[in-house]
Amino acid sequence: MIITLSHFLILGAILFCIALAGIFLNRKNVIILLMAIELMLLAVNMNFVAFSRYLGNTDGQVFVFFILTVAAAEAAIGLAILVTVFRNRRTIDVEELDALKG
Amino acid sequence: MENIYLTIVLAPLFGAIVAGLFGRQIGRAGAHWITILGVGLSCVLSLNVLWQFITGEAEVYNQTVYTWLASGSFNFEVGFMVDTLTAVMMSVVTFVSLMVHIYTIGYMHDDPGYQRFFSYIALFTFSMLMLVMANNFVQLFFGWEAVGLVSYLLIGFWFKKETAIFANMKAFLVNRVGDLGFLLGIGCVLYFFGSLDYATVFAAAPSHANDTMTLFAGHEWSAMTVICILLFIGAMGKSAQAPLHVWLPDSMEGPTPISALIHAATMVTAGIFMVARMSPLFELSETALSFVLVIGATTALFTGLIGIVQNDIKRVVAYSTLSQLGYMTVALGASAYSAAIFHLMTHAFFKALLFLGAGSVIIAMHHKQDMREMGGLKKYMPITFITAWIGTVALVGVPFTSGFFSKDAIIEAVHHASRAGSGYAYACVLIGVLITALYSFRLLYLTFHGKERMDEHTRSHLHESPWVVTVPLVLLAIPSLFIGYFTVEPILFGGFFDGAIVVNAAHDPLLALGEDFHGPAAFALHGFTQWPFFLLLTGFGLATWIYMFRPDIADTIKARFKPIWTILDKKYGFDEFNQAVFGRGTVFLGRFLSKHGDQQIIDGLVVNGSARAVGWFSSVLRHVQSGYLYHYAFATILGLIALVTAFVLMGREGL
Repeated sequence: MIITLSHFLILGAILFCIALAGIFLNRKNVIILLMAIELMLLAVNMNFVAFSRYLGNTDGQVFVFFILTVAAAEAAIGLAILVTVFRNRRTIDVEELDALKG
Repeated sequence: MENIYLTIVLAPLFGAIVAGLFGRQIGRAGAHWITILGVGLSCVLSLNVLWQFITGEAEVYNQTVYTWLASGSFNFEVGFMVDTLTAVMMSVVTFVSLMVHIYTIGYMHDDPGYQRFFSYIALFTFSMLMLVMANNFVQLFFGWEAVGLVSYLLIGFWFKKETAIFANMKAFLVNRVGDLGFLLGIGCVLYFFGSLDYATVFAAAPSHANDTMTLFAGHEWSAMTVICILLFIGAMGKSAQAPLHVWLPDSMEGPTPISALIHAATMVTAGIFMVARMSPLFELSETALSFVLVIGATTALFTGLIGIVQNDIKRVVAYSTLSQLGYMTVALGASAYSAAIFHLMTHAFFKALLFLGAGSVIIAMHHKQDMREMGGLKKYMPITFITAWIGTVALVGVPFTSGFFSKDAIIEAVHHASRAGSGYAYACVLIGVLITALYSFRLLYLTFHGKERMDEHTRSHLHESPWVVTVPLVLLAIPSLFIGYFTVEPILFGGFFDGAIVVNAAHDPLLALGEDFHGPAAFALHGFTQWPFFLLLTGFGLATWIYMFRPDIADTIKARFKPIWTILDKKYGFDEFNQAVFGRGTVFLGRFLSKHGDQQIIDGLVVNGSARAVGWFSSVLRHVQSGYLYHYAFATILGLIALVTAFVLMGREGL
């Protein structure tokens, strides 16, 4: 079987939906939230690479590198914040982090 | 010529600025020297200009010096128009001002605000010169407001005195009423003529004589009548004509030198000067002139009557000023503009003299002004006594004095006038002569003759005032006696003001009067046989009998005519009426608007209301903020889905 563009796009969509489900279904752990966001970015990367290959234009692949860099930085900062949150509140339970409640 | 005129105007301003801003550095002597030199320079140059006009060397000067701003097709300019009328005014203003400057050295000798006072009066001279030398309405209005401002500052010069503050506020407010009319008049001039330049407006005036305007639906008014009456309302405020006269008597709260300068000789005559300057406009409206005539006649008679019952020496002179201003206004109303300016000039001399004389008495009495505590001052202050007599004979119009020529000319002019209201005016000015004599001689007798009624302490300190006070008195007494004799012929009948004042020959009362004129001496001798002279004698006789020989019957008369006396003492209730209706009415309106308009509508509804609306809206909206991360994420996703959906659906056609 020939793997076409649509296969890649479907894979991207599946990844995105998994990440989405991870965000909605997870009520407990902030680390899982961060991982789900990473997964979303990867889904986007998948689309970029697929289109780039399909259109024969390398711009998309360059973008992927940027996204990967930013994602790495984001993960580092996110984890650092998480550590300080845990130090201060002794929990990283999403249900209990509701200081912004109006 | 331009440099000379600029110097005349700016020299007093320079003195005012130096004395006002650097008063502490230059000290008392410095302040009076710099201002006296400034005003003295103006005076010498003004007299020179007047002399050139008399000899015919000078030509009418009308130039713009500086363009202040240009707006569309209108230019607001600073310029000078100097003709015979202006030259006379300039000379009178600077001469009296100079005398008052010198006199002030003596009068304000112990006052802590010495430098400030000199700064103000020099500033006044500048403003007044700007007013009389203007060649357009805007500059006239500038001078008009500037003299009003200085008048306000000087009435309230002793700003710790409660009554002075009240008086200057009153003067300012009453003048606002007049100024509103004046400003509307200027606006109408701009509307109809499209220019504010004197020469342009006067040249175009005859062609606009039949213009009409609609003030109320269905009523056409002659534009000239409306313009002239509005302008005259301005003059009524500044020249204190009934019913806007109420501020002038109260202005006596200020120091005496400014009562002489501003509230007798110069500023209050600005209205008279303005109407004379606008004669080309006023000549086009019979109605406006009748209005002027009636207002003037009313003022001349009824304010004079109040003067009889006043006990404050300055207030008597103040009411006399009101009455004389009424005479000038009557002359304007009778189209005898030159007679009005003539009386303005002679009045400036003898009324300044009387005020300064009263001031000299006040110095000697240690700033007491009640005539009931004076009497017999003639042997203590002979120079003041003699000059006050000279001022009085000029004021009441004894033949051969300058007051006689000007006042008799006015009375005769009204007699020859045939305008609506001239009969009433003639009666008023005739009776006015009697009244003038009555209060003037009453003042003299109560002050200088009779028993000495002051307390022992004051009596022991009585002495003649220093030379800086008496020299101006003597210098003013000379023109008070003689200037009328020498100037009556050129000013009234010789056409000195031709070109500056325009009179329609068809109703020029001075033309008719001129036919009987055979020199000033004959005019004065003829005066001895006329009604005014007999009325004058009657007034003199009455005053002499009552106040010189039988002081006791003054009280009897007062008791007998109690109702009339009360009315006069209350000044016809103008003050009470204004206080009750305009004063309280305005306060009531202000309270009402502050409570309902400001507190309820603006504060309550608009400001606090909008804040409360935001508060209510956000109290509803805050429930959206749950604080749970997945709720926000959900909202984000929903938004994304909505945007993508919209993009897909609409993108096909539009994007």
